[in-house]
Amino acid sequence: MAESNWTPDQPMVSAKDVHKSFGSLEVLKGVSMDVMKGECVCVIGPSGSGKSTFIRCINGLNDIQSGSITVEGQEVNDPKLDKLSLRKKVGMVFQQYNLFPHKNAIENIMMAPVLVLKEDKDEVEARARELIRKVRLEGKEEAYPGELSGGQQQRVAIARSLAMRPDVMLFDEVTAALDPETVKEVLTTIRDLAEEGMTCILVTHEMGFAREVANQIYFTDRGVIVEHGPPATFFKEAKDPRTKEFLSQIL
Amino acid sequence: MIEFIRQFFLDLYEGAPRWNFIFFHDETQWERVVSGFWVTVELSIFCVIFSVIIGVVGAWLQNSPSRILRLCVQGYIQFFRNTPPFVQLLFFYFALGQFTPTYSPDGWLEVPIITNVGWAIISLSFFAGAFNVEIFRSGIEAVPESTQEAAEALGFNRFQIYTRIVMPLAFRVSLPALNNNLVNLVKTTTQALAIAVPELLYEMLGIWNDYPSALYPALTVVFVVYIGLVGILVLSMNKWERAMRIPGYGA
Ligand SMILES: Nc1ncnc2c1ncn2[C@@H]1O[C@H](COP(=O)(O)OP(=O)(O)OP(=O)(O)O)[C@@H](O)[C@H]1O
Ligand SMILES: [Mg+2]
Repeated sequence: MAESNWTPDQPMVSAKDVHKSFGSLEVLKGVSMDVMKGECVCVIGPSGSGKSTFIRCINGLNDIQSGSITVEGQEVNDPKLDKLSLRKKVGMVFQQYNLFPHKNAIENIMMAPVLVLKEDKDEVEARARELIRKVRLEGKEEAYPGELSGGQQQRVAIARSLAMRPDVMLFDEVTAALDPETVKEVLTTIRDLAEEGMTCILVTHEMGFAREVANQIYFTDRGVIVEHGPPATFFKEAKDPRTKEFLSQIL
Repeated sequence: MIEFIRQFFLDLYEGAPRWNFIFFHDETQWERVVSGFWVTVELSIFCVIFSVIIGVVGAWLQNSPSRILRLCVQGYIQFFRNTPPFVQLLFFYFALGQFTPTYSPDGWLEVPIITNVGWAIISLSFFAGAFNVEIFRSGIEAVPESTQEAAEALGFNRFQIYTRIVMPLAFRVSLPALNNNLVNLVKTTTQALAIAVPELLYEMLGIWNDYPSALYPALTVVFVVYIGLVGILVLSMNKWERAMRIPGYGA
């Protein structure tokens, strides 16, 4: 089981007929999705349609009742799941940043590589400073989350995830809590990442961003994927009435 | 200097026969005060340390997946919080004390391996520890689930999340309530009198039994010493609270 013969020409993340319930409430009703290495996928859909739940299932924050999710061939829906090995592969950024408030920016970034990967502290620190530069936060290394703006916190959170050198990044409405000015800083950071070839799965309401950066757009409603396609066709030729209605409201 | 103090209190006694500060002009009584003082300090320090440890461990167990463990902690809290510490002291010393093994240093004497000072430390630590568990529990509840989830997504295990994220944040929230409880604990050490622990009040009681003219002075000294001890505790807790304050976090 642990032995996986995944090769980069197979989907990096593959979900097949995923069902997920909270008690009697079925939130995901057979979701399937394939994401290739280096692809950027945007998931859109109305509130409560199960977008967050789905991407939380990918890194095992939520368990699933049936179906299968594999990340580089590793099955997530497995009672003997090696969560650590999964989480080394998958980075996640949340809507509310969720930085560690008692650690400053650089410590937030360094914590997991030092503690979880047991890497050398000096090496990690050099990498963390490099990441701070990458997310354009030079000079904020020693600032605590409470001293940073929402957009700055979110970029620290992205750097914190990247410090683990994940193969896939999950973003759950990471700009939803930001004001329009700062949304751009964060989206630029994510676009840079996608352009460097990071595999990204984003839940987002930023249609402009999705149109520009995504390889595939998935529209979800009430626990199912209604339709999906590359942005060029998706926005012009949406077939399902639900998609059309959603797009007409949001665009 | 010493002679001057002796003379001063002897003169005071001459003029005011109810104010015989005998321990300031009688070497033997002075030694009783000093030894009582140090026993009180010892009791306070050990009880503070152990009760905090009990609080931390208890709060950790209260979040454990095992229902039995959680019930045990709950039972412990109910028992120690809802019964008088005075009776607990009597129970530990007289009831449990009977069953503790003894050793014989000279082949004649039977000395219990736990002295009455030991029982007082155990009993009072468990008493204050029950409150500390509750204090830390509410501190832990104040740590957002989402912050812990972020750590989980970075690959932290349960223990790392508890020690690196939850405890440091919960501690800061808990400090004011902990402060209060520890002040109460230090004052409650006087109840060790019940099992003849030779702490300050016990010695003072002895002194005014032997010298009724020393009643007022003895009580005065007890008040002054406790004001000083609790004052030091509160000052250092406040200093600690300030040192732990996170820039930009909380009120
Ligand atoms: N932990 C949970 N327990 C019970 N129900 C939950 C839980 N998390 C989510 N749900 C329910 O699952 C459904 C889908 O929630 P989810 O957060 O995945 O939606 P979403 O598409 O991300 O919505 P939004 O755009 O508002 O973030 C909702 O009805 C929600 O109430
Ligand atoms: Mg959501």
